[in-house]
Amino acid sequence: MLRYAILRIFGAIPTLLLVIALAFLMVHAAPGGPFDAERMLSPEVEANIARAYHLDESLPQQFVRYVRGLLRGDLGPSYVYLDRNVSEVISRALPVSMQLGVLAMLLAIVVGIAAGLTAALSKNSFIDRFVTGIAMTGISVPVFVVAPVMVLVFAVYLNWFPASWTGGGGVSRLILPVVVLALPQIAYIARLTRASMIGVLSSDYVRTARAQGLRTSSIIRYHALKPAMLPLVSYMGPAIAGILTGSVVVEQVFGIPGLGQFFVTGALNRDYTLVLGIVILYAALVIGLNLIVDLLYGILDPRIGGR
Amino acid sequence: MSYLAAIKPILRKSRDNKTIVACGSLLLLIAAVALIGPLISPHDYAGTDFENSFLSPFGGDWHPFGTDDLGRDLFVRTLLGVKVTLFVAIIASTVSLGIGVAYGAIAGYMGGKIDALMMRAVDALYALPFIFFVILLMVVFERNFLLIFVAIGAVNWLEMARIVRGQTLSLKRRQFVDAARLIGVSTPGIILRHITPNLFGVVVVYMTLTIPQAILVESFLSFLGLGVQAPQTSLGSLVNDGVVHMEGAPWLLLLPATALAVIMLCFNFLGDGLRDVVDPKKNA
Repeated sequence: MLRYAILRIFGAIPTLLLVIALAFLMVHAAPGGPFDAERMLSPEVEANIARAYHLDESLPQQFVRYVRGLLRGDLGPSYVYLDRNVSEVISRALPVSMQLGVLAMLLAIVVGIAAGLTAALSKNSFIDRFVTGIAMTGISVPVFVVAPVMVLVFAVYLNWFPASWTGGGGVSRLILPVVVLALPQIAYIARLTRASMIGVLSSDYVRTARAQGLRTSSIIRYHALKPAMLPLVSYMGPAIAGILTGSVVVEQVFGIPGLGQFFVTGALNRDYTLVLGIVILYAALVIGLNLIVDLLYGILDPRIGGR
Repeated sequence: MSYLAAIKPILRKSRDNKTIVACGSLLLLIAAVALIGPLISPHDYAGTDFENSFLSPFGGDWHPFGTDDLGRDLFVRTLLGVKVTLFVAIIASTVSLGIGVAYGAIAGYMGGKIDALMMRAVDALYALPFIFFVILLMVVFERNFLLIFVAIGAVNWLEMARIVRGQTLSLKRRQFVDAARLIGVSTPGIILRHITPNLFGVVVVYMTLTIPQAILVESFLSFLGLGVQAPQTSLGSLVNDGVVHMEGAPWLLLLPATALAVIMLCFNFLGDGLRDVVDPKKNA
């Protein structure tokens, strides 16, 4: 297990470096510099700007400078928010997004597992069809469709919740964004739980347990639940990526000053360093959390670690 | 084995499946309306008419979906959106299909170390939030149609590669492959002539599942303002436009959103149904 853990941890480092290099190259392959959109500047001013942002150095030099900065937590200056650097923007926006993401994840896990188990235990019943139908809808209808429609119904027509972040304080402004963010993940987790539970319930050892006369409730609790949850653990990686993607939309629709919001405005304003910084942060988050999920999986399922 | 022969049994089995038939026909109907509708309607997608802005559905003359803030006919614009969205999704899926089949077939057929290395790379890529790289790409380069295709296609090939590899692993042990090798067919020849045609059925089925994913990516980009540019439109940008006016003119949001939702649902149900046909075990 330890060998496996060390291998996985060291495997993640080149991936992360590759991501940084890829993102860095993409941004620097841009036709024209970040200040080309401004009005015509004199060559001296242009040279000064280039020097101030180290754009006059060679690409490898710039890359080394950037990675060194990364190690210190310095992501360079923002090209649009001139008075702030990228790290400051991120450190202000990250907690907001984290709060949303963690709450949405918890909600998705609790509701998704509950719905999936309910469906699996009454396979082919009305409840099962209802859950699978709703889950399919949840997977099919994109977040950016659900989010505005929910705002329209629950904030504009029913007036139960504020329509935007600034429209109210406390918990009420969190409810809609968190629910919208969690919905597709609830759908995926419910489908996964259902399929996996049905698979486990039709396996030989559950049939044996049943033949021994164990009650259904104790079969589920002591024999079926844990193996049925295993595929869910490996789904956590994609789920995290999904929540990150969704948060970009949700923050946009609800006007939440989180990472996703800055990412999109940065993208539209061509704030290269900000977008680059957030992409790297997202990638690092996904890679890091995937690593944790993998290690967890290795602990829960000893067959993996021993391999 | 010809490509056609590979899908025939799937088609035959699909005919008895109500979900597949219903979703398939609905999608064909939507595609037909999207192609023919704009020809019949007296309005075009870009024509503005400021005296008739924000007409509600069925208001004015021949505006079944009403009009938007610039007085453009929403029905024709939605149909254009459907057309663009479907077009982008199908092309992008073909790109991902090409990459995925080539990659998966080579990895599966070569086996051993090459296979292990290639699939490890897929695992590593799988963990990355690709959508953000696509956005980065859109920011850096001018947004154009071709780039959207390639970017979305490049994102979605991983799953296809895995499935194709698995299929290839079982195919290459079959006797007709041995026979081909015995009579001296080269490795590329075997992969092209004997392996890929047999993969075709499975590949087509999984393509119906990659199309909704491609639709999702395209409309997501367009929603953020990074995809298709005005006066062209896609369902994502229509939804985005609709959000702005949703309090006064909710149909601008709800109608394109419904169109998108119906298309997504149809593709997902179709793909799910077809997958059950190909592999009845998978969805117990």
